[in-house]
Amino acid sequence: MVDVEYQPVGDQGVLVVFGDVIDDFTISSVQALDAALAADPPIGMTEAVPTFTTLLVCFDPLITDHPSLTAAIENTLNSVAAAISSDLDSGSKAGSKAGRTHTIDVCYEADCAPDMHAVCARMDLSPASVIAAHSDASYTVGMYGFAPGYAYLHGTPSPLQIPRNPTPGPPRPAGSVIIAGQQCLIIPSVLSTGWYAIGRTASAVMTDDDNHPFRFDVGDTIRFNVIDHDEFHRQSTDLINKRAYHINNDR
Amino acid sequence: MTTAMLRVHQAGPLVTIQDSGRPSQMRFGVPASGPMDPFAHRVANAVLGRPSDAATIEISVGGLMLECEVGPITVAICGGGFRIEHNSLRCSAWTVVTLHPGDNLRVAAGDYGSWCYLAFSGSLEATRWLSSCSTHVRAGLGGRVVTAGTELIIHDASADEDRDGPVEPPIDARPTRLLRVVLGPQPNCFGESAVETLLNREFTLTAASDRMGVRLNGPTLPLGDALSIASTPIVRGSLQVAGDGTATLLLADHQTTGGYPKIATVLSDDTNRATQLRAGDIIRFERVEPHEAIVAARTSASLRNRQLEALSKRPGIEARQLLSTNLIGGIHHQADTDTDTDTDTDDVPTETTVA
Repeated sequence: MVDVEYQPVGDQGVLVVFGDVIDDFTISSVQALDAALAADPPIGMTEAVPTFTTLLVCFDPLITDHPSLTAAIENTLNSVAAAISSDLDSGSKAGSKAGRTHTIDVCYEADCAPDMHAVCARMDLSPASVIAAHSDASYTVGMYGFAPGYAYLHGTPSPLQIPRNPTPGPPRPAGSVIIAGQQCLIIPSVLSTGWYAIGRTASAVMTDDDNHPFRFDVGDTIRFNVIDHDEFHRQSTDLINKRAYHINNDR
Repeated sequence: MTTAMLRVHQAGPLVTIQDSGRPSQMRFGVPASGPMDPFAHRVANAVLGRPSDAATIEISVGGLMLECEVGPITVAICGGGFRIEHNSLRCSAWTVVTLHPGDNLRVAAGDYGSWCYLAFSGSLEATRWLSSCSTHVRAGLGGRVVTAGTELIIHDASADEDRDGPVEPPIDARPTRLLRVVLGPQPNCFGESAVETLLNREFTLTAASDRMGVRLNGPTLPLGDALSIASTPIVRGSLQVAGDGTATLLLADHQTTGGYPKIATVLSDDTNRATQLRAGDIIRFERVEPHEAIVAARTSASLRNRQLEALSKRPGIEARQLLSTNLIGGIHHQADTDTDTDTDTDDVPTETTVA
């Protein structure tokens, strides 16, 4: 049984609250409801916004209202509740049933990993063990937030769960892989942050394709593949050439 | 049908291209953006017979000066109470005017209002992103920020001089100072006293204000044990309270999630109208129940449709020509005084409700 709370959001939504604590069961429950509502949207639903512990379901107030939408959500939730429980019993990781799996090439060396030394010092680890721990783990896309394209990945293993720095550090380039607590992010644009940059990818998390502008959806699984500095540079150059090709062909 | 070009000579900060926005992308961290005052944007397009989602220039209190280099083209300006001059002659605040090559148009802050919309008889050339050319200013995505030197290219431009003349602003064009809210969605994060303070005290808009939101100054809204909550979704109209107890009203370019709790959500129509307030203006909040919020949304939607219909049947050309002659003669336009009058519509709070 999934126990939730429904809260009104102005004249435009209902917030489904699954709990306060970020854990696999809560994330799985949010994502199962999100997927079920997407597959069969209630009348008047306009969009759904998942976070780690809640799902906002927005509606058109000219078509439906809070009680009608809440009843529809409750029905959908009941129909997926059994599936959520059995998944968890069988030991599946959060979100692993819902989405696609992406493997992202990451360079953890030199200027791609400006905060590697800080993480090693703070967590008492060698660079090799940081890289092994980070790239062996699998991550779930838990939510987007902050700004367009910022996908919050859940699953940073406990030896790497470094508290975020209260003051933002120097700007990190797009493609930086940053960590703090249980979370990990691939930043789509330059950012000054209190998180720690331990690697960098040449793969763009936001694309120029208007039909698929974001590579990840909530519920997808992300894995990281270690590449060296030469390979990173080769991929970066490829990306720049591809972009230039697209721009020239758009004209 | 031809192409027109307007050259911007001066533009204040936050002058951007906005169409009706890009809804339903919040799950990717993308707010809908679009006009701060969506109804004024709709009116500006409607008085030109343009689709309601057509691209316009959103002009801030910083104003705009432009010159028609290739024309003619008919344009509309609607929203707030701005000061409009066509070739140095004062027009009404909401107006339709045809620009010929060499003509100048100047938009400056007026009696009230923070945003107005420049719409075109034609299609404004603009960069689209996720099916919309609305500018998300902070992310630099879609549309563009308009600055001195920007060339505005309008395709299929036409001169519809029979549309020229003043547009009468709707009776509730002036911003509301009483904002109706539904409490929540995180009531557990606040004590009784915070809600009581929110509903019984006054708050002042600060200058910390942009398309993302506006920070409020006022009594502290104490949080309970809520500083380490997981991030939850934010909508346009969310009242988010930071750790120091200060509230921010989130607007068109809002973040889609945030780690601070939300004490209440302002009704959509009140949020839209409140965007026309300025720093220093005082507001109050009034609690409504969710079912009342739905009734209010439906009432205001049908009011907006009636207003748009009325505006599409503007007075005949002769009457308008007479009015514009009076304007050139220096007689103050009637619309400026009309909006001062209180109205008898119970469903829409007016300034006098508070005062």
